[in-house]
Amino acid sequence: MPNPSRPDYDVAVVGGGLVGSAIAWGLAREGQKVAILDEGDIAVRPSRGNFALVWVQGKGLGMPEYAGWTKRSADTWTGFASLLREQTGIDVRYDRPGGFMPLLSEAEVVARAAQLSRLHNQPSMVRYAYEMLDHAAVAKEMPFIGKDVVGASYCPHDGHCNSLKLFRALHTGLSQFGAAYLPNHRVERIEPRDGGFRLTTAGGEVAAGKLVLAAGHDSARLAPMVGLSAPVRPQRGHIIVTEKTTPFLKFPVGYVRQTDEGGVMIGDSFEEVGFDTSVRNGVSSTIAERAMRIFPLLGRLNVVRTWAALRVLSPDGFPIYEQSATAPGAFVATCHSGVTLAANHALALAPHIAAGRLPEDFTVFSARRFDVPKAA
Amino acid sequence: MTEMTTRYDLAVIGAGPAGLAAATLAAERGLTTVLLDEQPVPGGQIYRSVTRNPVRNPGILGGDYWHGADLVGPFRDSGAAYRPGTTVWSVSRALEIGLSRDGAARILPVKHIILATGALERPFPIPGWTLPGVMGAGAAQILLKSSALVPSGRLVMAGTGPLLWLLAWQYLRAGARIDAILDTTPGGNWRAALRHMPGFLRSPYLGKGAALLLDVRRKVKVIGNVTDLRAVGDGALRSVAFRQGGGPERSLPADTLLLHQGVIPNINLANATGCGQHWDEIQRCWVPTVDEWGASSVEGVSIAGDGAGIAGAVAAEHRGRLAALGALHRLGAIGPEERDREAATHRAALAEAQRGRMFLDTLYQPGPDFRVPKDDTIVCRCEEVTAGQVRDAVRLGVGGPNQAKSFLRCGMGPCQGRLCGPTVTEVIADARGVSPAEVGYYRLRPPVKPITLAELASLPKSEDEIHAVLHP
Amino acid sequence: MFQRLPDAAGERVSFTIDGRVAEALAGDTVAAALMANGVVACRTTPVSGAPRAPFCMMGVCFDCLVTIDDVGNRQGCQVTVRPGMRVETQKGAREAAR
Repeated sequence: MPNPSRPDYDVAVVGGGLVGSAIAWGLAREGQKVAILDEGDIAVRPSRGNFALVWVQGKGLGMPEYAGWTKRSADTWTGFASLLREQTGIDVRYDRPGGFMPLLSEAEVVARAAQLSRLHNQPSMVRYAYEMLDHAAVAKEMPFIGKDVVGASYCPHDGHCNSLKLFRALHTGLSQFGAAYLPNHRVERIEPRDGGFRLTTAGGEVAAGKLVLAAGHDSARLAPMVGLSAPVRPQRGHIIVTEKTTPFLKFPVGYVRQTDEGGVMIGDSFEEVGFDTSVRNGVSSTIAERAMRIFPLLGRLNVVRTWAALRVLSPDGFPIYEQSATAPGAFVATCHSGVTLAANHALALAPHIAAGRLPEDFTVFSARRFDVPKAA
Repeated sequence: MTEMTTRYDLAVIGAGPAGLAAATLAAERGLTTVLLDEQPVPGGQIYRSVTRNPVRNPGILGGDYWHGADLVGPFRDSGAAYRPGTTVWSVSRALEIGLSRDGAARILPVKHIILATGALERPFPIPGWTLPGVMGAGAAQILLKSSALVPSGRLVMAGTGPLLWLLAWQYLRAGARIDAILDTTPGGNWRAALRHMPGFLRSPYLGKGAALLLDVRRKVKVIGNVTDLRAVGDGALRSVAFRQGGGPERSLPADTLLLHQGVIPNINLANATGCGQHWDEIQRCWVPTVDEWGASSVEGVSIAGDGAGIAGAVAAEHRGRLAALGALHRLGAIGPEERDREAATHRAALAEAQRGRMFLDTLYQPGPDFRVPKDDTIVCRCEEVTAGQVRDAVRLGVGGPNQAKSFLRCGMGPCQGRLCGPTVTEVIADARGVSPAEVGYYRLRPPVKPITLAELASLPKSEDEIHAVLHP
Repeated sequence: MFQRLPDAAGERVSFTIDGRVAEALAGDTVAAALMANGVVACRTTPVSGAPRAPFCMMGVCFDCLVTIDDVGNRQGCQVTVRPGMRVETQKGAREAAR
């Protein structure tokens, strides 16, 4: 029986995906005694659908603070990757050659240029470089680009990593920090108790001084138990992976990237289908066709896997970071850019949580922004 | 030839005994039926090349093999369409088949599907099993059946199970030299199998099997109770190391090592379709869960033959016919009385064919050391992941194969876990001290066989599907 | 190492392995023809560079990947040899443009 006056852990992080793992690693690095509560081998696992981009360009229209938060994480990533390598010996293969967003018609070029200029004209927008390139300029970097590529936007701050290695590095690091990873601990109930929290889970009771909800879709269910809200919904995306080939593509190109191991990942799609993760051939086919227009040589490669995963989307698509007003010590963190923001989650957000409160500048990420007054 | 634009009632996938028998019966009873097969000629693996065999002396392969021709003739006369050289890479719950032929992919909608995907050799992970010179005994038998190839140089065969002995017998009849057979059947298996002896005594396997075994034992050096088997070599096999019981390590020089420890259902297509499956404790493998008509948990998808649990070639043809009757009934072509009446003879024949199976399954169950290898042994051949790495991942909290995939990439290569799945499940189960049933299996997705991106791009797309890819 | 039964039935088919002329039996798969011609390893792996040879002969293991008529990573055991076919062994990952 856990003793409520002496909790088992300083912090319980609910969710063992990339968001939860990065925050937990950051907390453990701060010296906190951490438990990560996760589900079993079969779970929704949105973070397995990530595209491994550390991506800056185009993000934050409607919330410039998010653009700044993203840029800051990308800037922190090199150091973050070094810390992981020093601790675990695992190189997560972060590389920042800059990223291209390919555009396949004049209309797409015009729309992209307008979107980026609106983004960068926002008041209090972080300043960083980006360019609109024509076909010739793109072909200079990637001569094998398809003739259908009219142009691209390019941002030197974009990069990518190997997200499976990131995942393994975080868990290896957590283990080395002495954190407890507890699979098969789906959380059923959370009760604030004696200034801490008691969690009733499928794997037994866990008591912790503080609580971080990083449970992806399940945060929507759990947040109200501690006076928070996480109104997230699933949005399905498809990913296609080819066999390994010799390296030919150094840059992440929006929907296409080559991993350090040689396989080519091709994404994405946007479907509102609830919690259905089945793969639709027609969607994969559309993605494949578009990828071949960007890089015709991809057509010859064999597809070895396709899968679909569910993005964790808030109503405006931006992250939610919030601390509970009614249950101090409870936090929620949710976003759909778990790779890009991993550096921030580990090195910027976790120290605040360890200290017990989020500073003022996080209020912009509060879910209270969705509380619109009901029409009379 | 009927074009693929025909709307078929029934598609049968796989032209081994189950598929041939199912397609024949269904077509004879009036279903428009198509048989899709990856091979260029019918027969599956067990009757591979039976219609076009380069081995002139029929006595080499034995009478059971040539029985396959009895299935091909009626199939040809049945009116079923036949599409050899066709790879099926997807079956959806909507009964749409993704297939690829001559480098072109398409989607074929049907009303009922019978998966007759057969068996594959159980992985036999030992140190060095990836070296050139080491291959499956079943693979070597395919070389004999389809290309009249036999090993030259020094040959060691190792493992357990009927196929190993059958192949040895066939090699002897073909005049090939076998240096040694290393029998890995655990000594305790005989004791466990004895209680199933009464069934086996009435089995069709007994007479033939015993004669064959004696014949091989008379002519080849057989070393029993073999443990700690290793393939040794640098760049290619040079020798085979092993122990007999707890004895000292011994070594045999070898150019070819043929490994075998039984066959398991080829479940990838069923799994990716979403068909429920369960762990079989005796056969130590995952088996799709089907009813007495072969119907899986997915409406309209049946599974027949060894793909629905290993029972052998003769049982497979009867299971194929039962699945066809089930499909005829589901599609309204026959009533329940007619179905049951016709099924009676096939059920009786099936029971006859399965008699003695428990004895064989128990006797030839591979020992734990050959299913749960030591740390230095590669389990995933594609991504070159060792058993030790899997155990390290378990220590980090990985509880099942899908988590292991994320940590290690095991099962992520082109074979899609066919050669590592059972081992990864058993290694995790062993490390966690739980049953394989609790650990589970890879969750697979189409394509279950690779298709090119261009083939994928050529498939039909609905407005809705195109819209899903437009950036919001 | 494998050899053909002396009385094996069937036409002989001429093809090339890494540019050298070789002979197969009509109906041979590429993987079988490589074994019959004494090819020890048909490729090296993209992960560690280790040599590999055909292992399952039935399309499930993907160890017999070779380049056939300029198309890389084809399953040798699933392709029937045709006269004049150009088969090449592979080193490491498939070339992106082949």
